[in-house]
Amino acid sequence: MLRRYLRIYAALWANSVTREMTFKTNFLLWIVVELLWFGLQLCFIGVLYLHTEAIGTWTRWEVVLLVGTSHFIQEIFQAFFLINCANLSELVRTGKLDFLLLLPANSRFLVSLRQVDLGSFVNAGTAVAVMVYAADQLDLSLTVGRLLAFLALCLCGILVHYALMFLLASISFWTVKAQGIVWGYYNLFQLARMPDEAFRGLFRFAFTFVFPVLLVTNVPVRVLAEKLDSVFWPCVLVLLAVGCLIVSEWGWRVSLRRYTSASS
Amino acid sequence: MLAGVMAAGLRKYLQVLALGLQGHLAYRFNFLARVLFSLIPLTALLMLWRTIYAGKPPGSHVGGYSLEEMLTYYLVAALVNALTAVTEDDWQIAADIRDGNINHLLVKPLDYLGYRLCLFASGRIVYMAVALLPLVLFVWAVGVPLYRPTDPGTWLCFLVSVVLTALLQFFISFALAMLAFWVLEVSTFIFIVYAFEYIASGHLFPLDLLPVPLQQVLQYTPFPYELYFPVSIYLGKTTGAELMQGLAIQAFWTLTAWWLARWAWSRGLRRYGAVGG
Repeated sequence: MLRRYLRIYAALWANSVTREMTFKTNFLLWIVVELLWFGLQLCFIGVLYLHTEAIGTWTRWEVVLLVGTSHFIQEIFQAFFLINCANLSELVRTGKLDFLLLLPANSRFLVSLRQVDLGSFVNAGTAVAVMVYAADQLDLSLTVGRLLAFLALCLCGILVHYALMFLLASISFWTVKAQGIVWGYYNLFQLARMPDEAFRGLFRFAFTFVFPVLLVTNVPVRVLAEKLDSVFWPCVLVLLAVGCLIVSEWGWRVSLRRYTSASS
Repeated sequence: MLAGVMAAGLRKYLQVLALGLQGHLAYRFNFLARVLFSLIPLTALLMLWRTIYAGKPPGSHVGGYSLEEMLTYYLVAALVNALTAVTEDDWQIAADIRDGNINHLLVKPLDYLGYRLCLFASGRIVYMAVALLPLVLFVWAVGVPLYRPTDPGTWLCFLVSVVLTALLQFFISFALAMLAFWVLEVSTFIFIVYAFEYIASGHLFPLDLLPVPLQQVLQYTPFPYELYFPVSIYLGKTTGAELMQGLAIQAFWTLTAWWLARWAWSRGLRRYGAVGG
């Protein structure tokens, strides 16, 4: 069973490589674009810290670590899930979903992982480089356990984003506007690189629990930089990931029942 | 005779403007969604600055800005941006060229640059009409004592500068979209320029926060004149001889961008194969 799905996934990867290599220059230019925007965020932090010592309790290199982590999470999410979630509404609108439903494999698996965005792995690499440099500047006493916890929490964060975005994409079965909603959620990622302490009130609550972009990046970084005094927030993140995955699976099943093919 | 020809020419473009208004009105809810959405990152930046100032002794200045001035900077920048930003025009122009949609415009007695400029203007008018109420409510909700220039001369210079900003942004975008004559996919190029504009024109922070040598270099590039400059006039940060010099440089860049747009258009047309024609 697992072997069969691995074989299918390998075939999807091969397809993606072929697709990207058809437009090589474009592939490279997109990497440059993402790199520029990443550099721009780092410049912003650099300029802010020319004029201040701290944002709340966050120091310069802690925020750089945060920006790096947020970029890493975003790029890995982009590599596996983003295009696929955004394309769902197109599949529904044109009726091309028929062909995926007919294949003898789990339909959610095919819809979610059909395309791989290979350029994102390159950019995730630059994010890791920045994170390593920031960690070095902070003189973090890293243990294997802490590092594993960090990676596990990043994974939970990515799954939260995937589950929520897939749920939003499932709105496609009701309205054609779903693609706009998906991109709207993706735009919120720009908040993720800001330290949670900058925000208060309803705003902080909304982007911690409802659209948890702040939670997803700040919790792993707080674990890595030893800025936490209890396991409360990591637990929240793990539970949120489990909860979101369950809800989005339920949402997908309800949505599929509504599907009436558009093409035939 | 000449006046008659000019009046006829003007009527033609007023017609395009009217058509543009109608066309854009159909998208008023998209515009509203975009305005409301843009308030989220704006709120985030305002809160970020409040937190930074809260960590300093009361009455502190950052780069010469008090907290009220800093918050006003972002609010006025949001307003200027709503009035002047190119949102869809560059993609549409590039798509027009790539798909051969300019064919039916080329055979009409219309100048494509003028035609597009009218559509851009109508888009901004509709956008502003939709954005005004949410923006005013937002400013009211933020509750900063908003700084306002008292001198009518400052208001005049601010308005002139905003118009030049809009033209500059439009001509740069038009020139960039002309790349569609040479390459299939222009979005990467547009995003690369957009990245530089984003940081060097003052979207993220007032340029006064940069180290002085960098500010001086930037002053001679077109970027600050795409947003920062009009806002700095409004805030009274640029005055007197400096203001006049700034307006002259802004006018210079606007003319240069216009010339570049025209030049790229005529060069592009020579290569144009009328796909889909």
